[in-house]
Amino acid sequence: MSAAVAAVERAARDAYGRLVAILASRSGDIAGAEDALSDALLAALQRWPEQGIPANPVGWLVTAARNHAIDRYRRDGRAAGYADDLRMLEQEVTEKSQEFPDERLKLLFVCAHPAIDAGVRTPLMLQAVLGLDAARIARAFLVAPATMSQRLVRAKTKIRAAGIAFAVPDPERLAERLPPVLETIYSAFGLAWEDLPVGATLADDLSAEAIFLARLLVDLLPGEPETKGLLALMLFCEARRPARRDAAGRFVPLADQNVSLWSKSLIEAGDALLIAASRHARFGRFQCEAAIQSAHSQRAFGRAVPTGAIVGLYNLLVDRAPSFGASIGRVAALLDDGQAEAAASALARLPSERLRAHQPYWAAHAAVMRALGNHEAARASAEQAIGLSDDPAVRDHLIARFHLKDTRA
Amino acid sequence: MQYMLILNETAADFADRNDPARADGYWAGWNTFIGAMAAAGIVVNGDGLLPPETATTVRIRDGEQIVEDGPFADSKEQLAGYFVIEVDDLDAALAWAAQAPSAATASVEIRPVMPPPNAA
Repeated sequence: MSAAVAAVERAARDAYGRLVAILASRSGDIAGAEDALSDALLAALQRWPEQGIPANPVGWLVTAARNHAIDRYRRDGRAAGYADDLRMLEQEVTEKSQEFPDERLKLLFVCAHPAIDAGVRTPLMLQAVLGLDAARIARAFLVAPATMSQRLVRAKTKIRAAGIAFAVPDPERLAERLPPVLETIYSAFGLAWEDLPVGATLADDLSAEAIFLARLLVDLLPGEPETKGLLALMLFCEARRPARRDAAGRFVPLADQNVSLWSKSLIEAGDALLIAASRHARFGRFQCEAAIQSAHSQRAFGRAVPTGAIVGLYNLLVDRAPSFGASIGRVAALLDDGQAEAAASALARLPSERLRAHQPYWAAHAAVMRALGNHEAARASAEQAIGLSDDPAVRDHLIARFHLKDTRA
Repeated sequence: MQYMLILNETAADFADRNDPARADGYWAGWNTFIGAMAAAGIVVNGDGLLPPETATTVRIRDGEQIVEDGPFADSKEQLAGYFVIEVDDLDAALAWAAQAPSAATASVEIRPVMPPPNAA
């Protein structure tokens, strides 16, 4: 994709999300708003690369959407429901240039409402707020496009029929309603980070979009430290992206990464966000995870990794925001800090039955067994981890590290 | 919008209605909840229902009427009553539903009432 087309797509997508949000927040009908605007977006993608991005992209899209909506309603012989909203919007846009309210935050809260099935929140957000098409979202979630379309249609119908409000929750409800929004954004980022190879266009797209949404959230909710924590966490991960694979595409573990490839500016941006977040003096899972990544990032500045401090942060995380991921991260942190016995007993306390199909569990188990000198058990666990890994680069790394033979074709 | 709060209760909740030691607390909880909704002026209509053992279910199969003793489904939670309320949106309905005594012991299902056929 050329830079011009990418710039156009970004400008169009940004405007598209803002317009879907405005129209849907007036009508409660996301699908209707998308219909009215998808034609306009398509026209923009065709014309802007030739004619240049208009001075007022939003105004351009509103006018195009209104024309298409009127055509559509004429064809269907229906009353021009959306055309009225769009005509009003067109006046607002031209009269007050681009200064109309940004309703995307409301749309984010609708997409991540607890009344919406958790599995469809991220896809819904990617489509309604960012304008990604269902086929592309389906690829990221490894489901058939028709299945994804169906889930999205069902969710939008539920939003309208159930009367989910397009509103930022009251301050007293914000604490319980913000976490699913942050989780939803982080899940989009995680899709790019873990499940897709570096260099895949979709992976780059998704991580950029997730960061874009987190930035939006930081701007729109300046009083919430966790939004800053989430953005910082993603920036630290993004800073290391160029070092995660070697030239041959092989997975490079954190400790072996070439720190000169890390982006110092992204790390510094993450640190600045964490400091700003810490002024609120309120614990949060994302701030804690970001602090762990900040500690790992110290190597970029020639400083030793404070392994003891990382163990302390993991203790806090496991205590205040428990998850299997946090527990396994804590095991790795104990190993890094030279506490192999403590790592082994922490691992032994985890429910191995429930983690049988969890690749990171077996990778951690292998690392602990190796640190204890039990090489046979280490190899057996590494084999389990290899069998559970979908990523050939990660598989190759484990095979090399534990001196195994590749038994997979 | 109008929503129906479908109030479910457990067998223990139903038993509390007539338990000399527990009935006062049981009815006080419901009176507080219903009183608060009435004071807010949101109640369209509503009723409590007699327990599931008083239910009778009818089906027509192959033109034949089959009548059975008991409720439609045998489950841990049973319909105990309903209210139709008029509020702005789902969050408002959820906030009321969460205050129902049976939300703490069983569950409250929230369903939008079907709009009249010629509404937009």
